[in-house]
Amino acid sequence: MPLDQSFVGRVYPPTEPYEVGREKIREFADAIGDANPAYHDRSAARKLGHPDVVAPPTFAIVVTSRAAQQVIMDPDLGVDYSRVVHGKQRFEHARPIRAGDALTVVVTVDSIRSAAGNDVVSTRAEVSNVDGEPVLTAFSTLVVRGVGS
Amino acid sequence: MTEVGTVLPARTFAVSRADLVRYAGASGDFNPIHWNERFATSVGLPNVIAHGMYTMALAARVVTDWTGDPGAVVEYGVRFTRPVVVPDPDGAVLEVSGVVAAVRDDGLAVVDITATVNGQTVLAKARATVRPPSS
Repeated sequence: MPLDQSFVGRVYPPTEPYEVGREKIREFADAIGDANPAYHDRSAARKLGHPDVVAPPTFAIVVTSRAAQQVIMDPDLGVDYSRVVHGKQRFEHARPIRAGDALTVVVTVDSIRSAAGNDVVSTRAEVSNVDGEPVLTAFSTLVVRGVGS
Repeated sequence: MTEVGTVLPARTFAVSRADLVRYAGASGDFNPIHWNERFATSVGLPNVIAHGMYTMALAARVVTDWTGDPGAVVEYGVRFTRPVVVPDPDGAVLEVSGVVAAVRDDGLAVVDITATVNGQTVLAKARATVRPPSS
């Protein structure tokens, strides 16, 4: 059964702040094998004009995917999580995420479509620091594979 | 001076099962299709596959290695077209390249990224908008 179109435009409440730590950034940078000093060394980051170590551009998914769980796990929407695959991802950064940020996320359901027997859900996650400063927007498209595909 | 057609240094990444386990831990994405062969094949996959976000992160290296400052990346997007299958123990080899497709009026460079495994594209419409180095 196709997903309920009335969810389009739904805005979920802001998430509890995600506190970005230096060691978490270093752990993530190590996991993608990136020794860029801006991720590891505060003084190197400062030389680039950042107040503290910055996170790799895709680190944002750690923050936004938790927020997007609100949509995917929403029992009223009824997505079968075991059939979800990632279709598209895009980030627009006002600035990089950095150590010391406390980030809240507001997720909006942008669209729900059906294509080739699959449901396609697009969400927008607006990430801001707790002081209200916008940091980035993440656009995600998830494909819920139809039974038999 | 950054011009349309500027070729960024290409990168090659060997991806092993251990890399996926480490990325799972760092990212918090513990979906078993990324580490458990029995589970992956039971849901119709040929084998364990890499996290799309891991592939996306590796592909970004072509751009961030070029700019030096990762904060120079103002926009980055991809479409996931084909899973990166990571057999044990052989793993997979991801090849990434980038070329400046446009330079905007505001000086930002638009970089088209190509990511392939065994010659097959794994990311489509992979594109980053960045402040080019030395601008």
